[in-house]
Amino acid sequence: MDKGGQDYENALRAEGIEMWFGNVGALTGVDLSVGRNEIVGLVGDNGAGKSTLIKIITGVLRPTAGSLYVRDREVDLRNYSVLRAHQHGIETVHQERSLCEKQPLWRNFFVGRQITNRLGFINVRKQKELAQEILLKSIGFRGAGITVDTIVEDLSGGERQGIAIGRAMHFNADLILLDEPTAALGVKEVSKVLEFVDDIKTSGRACLYIEHNLAHVHAVADRIVIIDRGTIVNEVQRGEMTVAELTSFLIELQTERQHAEA
Amino acid sequence: MPKPELKTHQTLWTRVEGLPIVLAFLVVIGAFMITAPESFLGYRMYTTLGSTVVPPLILGLGLTLVIAAGEIDLSFPSVLKVSSLVFVMITKFGVFPLDEDMADKHDLLVWGAFVLALLVGGLIGFLNGLLVVRIGIPSIIATLATLFVWEGATVISSGGLSHNIRDIKEYVIFDVLTGRIGPVPVQFFWAIALAALMWFILNRHRFGEHLLFIGDNANVARVVGVRVDREKIKLFTLMGVLGALSGVMLTLENKNFFTTQGTGFLLVALAAVFIGGTSITGGKGSIVGTVFGSFIVGTVEAGVVGSGISGFWTRLVVGLVFIAAVTFHLTVEKPKGFAGVRRIAGMGGRGPEEGPERPRDTRPP
Ligand SMILES: Nc1ncnc2c1ncn2[C@@H]1O[C@H](COP(=O)(O)OP(=O)(O)OP(=O)(O)O)[C@@H](O)[C@H]1O
Ligand SMILES: [Mg+2]
Repeated sequence: MDKGGQDYENALRAEGIEMWFGNVGALTGVDLSVGRNEIVGLVGDNGAGKSTLIKIITGVLRPTAGSLYVRDREVDLRNYSVLRAHQHGIETVHQERSLCEKQPLWRNFFVGRQITNRLGFINVRKQKELAQEILLKSIGFRGAGITVDTIVEDLSGGERQGIAIGRAMHFNADLILLDEPTAALGVKEVSKVLEFVDDIKTSGRACLYIEHNLAHVHAVADRIVIIDRGTIVNEVQRGEMTVAELTSFLIELQTERQHAEA
Repeated sequence: MPKPELKTHQTLWTRVEGLPIVLAFLVVIGAFMITAPESFLGYRMYTTLGSTVVPPLILGLGLTLVIAAGEIDLSFPSVLKVSSLVFVMITKFGVFPLDEDMADKHDLLVWGAFVLALLVGGLIGFLNGLLVVRIGIPSIIATLATLFVWEGATVISSGGLSHNIRDIKEYVIFDVLTGRIGPVPVQFFWAIALAALMWFILNRHRFGEHLLFIGDNANVARVVGVRVDREKIKLFTLMGVLGALSGVMLTLENKNFFTTQGTGFLLVALAAVFIGGTSITGGKGSIVGTVFGSFIVGTVEAGVVGSGISGFWTRLVVGLVFIAAVTFHLTVEKPKGFAGVRRIAGMGGRGPEEGPERPRDTRPP
């Protein structure tokens, strides 16, 4: 695994990232960094460009312009891919579906980075054993009658979310990207996700956390970055604003935009 | 603590791959043993089946992977023709004249022709892949077009003539690929070996897993790190190679090339795959099913004639078996679908849309 030198300041830095879908500018010059052991909250309205940014960082989308640094080293975006992101120690829980419905859990955990022999044949037993471990540690699964052979189709939305988070936890990444991980979860499960984010902090790793519930981000983030219509408009250090202040700031942004559009 | 039991709708039916279709095959054979005992109780019928089933079976194996990946390839009959023609042209006009007295045969050259035929098949498949992936033409359209293109190309370059290569039986390749071990055609063993390989590729190899994920949901596959485009190109290339292999096998068995060879496999091979239980929606594929599906189609084609019914009936019977098999798959694999069938059959039962979720019965409270 290419995790580079251990001496670095930022787990991730994005510079001047632009993303155009035809003539829709989803991101228009985003500068963002996530410190080595920092939890950064990313908040903004629907369609602000949060998920697009996540997809660029994880190699799903190639940005129209800009550069990306992982552990202070520039990434060659032309050859960047999900695989590379994994190799760099970046794990993601995407907002959209990231499990394949008709496939069993053990395949879903390891697809894209299977444990294989030299010819590429999968070590099913090994993968199932590890999958079992992931399952036992996963959020909302203890004691449930779900096995590694269970087909994703048969899981509830929250269970799927738990599985996706469990997968991200397993690979011991240095940087974990969470794109609204709590959207489908019940109250108890949400608090477990927040605990997980705290764990990331205490184990010395970094996290970029997207969340619409401002109380949640406010509770765990070292710094909150506010994105609006494709650009970063404000950054708030821990303790600089209360949840209420943050809320009214975002509401003002929204009304401003409505005025601008009118 | 008691180990939690396997949950979900895993039953014997769904756990043993292809079980329903194996039984269906036995039923078909049994039926013909009754209606056409003089052919189905002797070994000769099976010797014939063991060779005639192989070319469409090889195609079906490739198609199983293609369909599991949510794509389709219709161009294989033409790939088969082109590759066969390449093989025949090289042997007939390149190798045979060199070896007129057969004293010093150029076996290696014939093998070279074989390899070249496979490469040509692979290249055509690769081009299919480019059309689908790079230009973005849906595979059903792209490969329908190339079905025409390559058939046309074969007819033009062969001048519509057939070419016999009777001398091929003097060469090693003939015995190795299409000889007989006792009454059993060698190609039968090759087909089974190939089926085993393809089973491992689909179910145990990284590539096969990627295909299943692509067929299941290509966007998710991309997000989890599958290089969707690259895998699809590999897939179409593989299908091309298998088309060529099927073509050379067929040509060797017939010791002859004719421009219409393989045309009839288009529907037969597809039917075998679907009879075998691979579903058009992608994300799943049954190699075992395809093997037995191919044998069912082959048996029905041979058996209808053997039963003394007019050969005109073959298609009709294959179609009926087709519907029966697919219905059967639905009933055992999808309880919800089964409810639908039962309702149609007037046996009551809830339809798919009103039915409750399958109960997850083993969860502790
Ligand atoms: N593939 C695409 N093609 C065209 N437009 C796109 C595409 N993906 C995103 N967009 C547009 O880019 C903008 C940003 O979308 P994005 O999904 O990043 O928003 P978001 O901040 O994650 O919103 P939400 O909070 O609702 O998840 C939206 O206007 C969206 O319509
Ligand atoms: Mg989003």
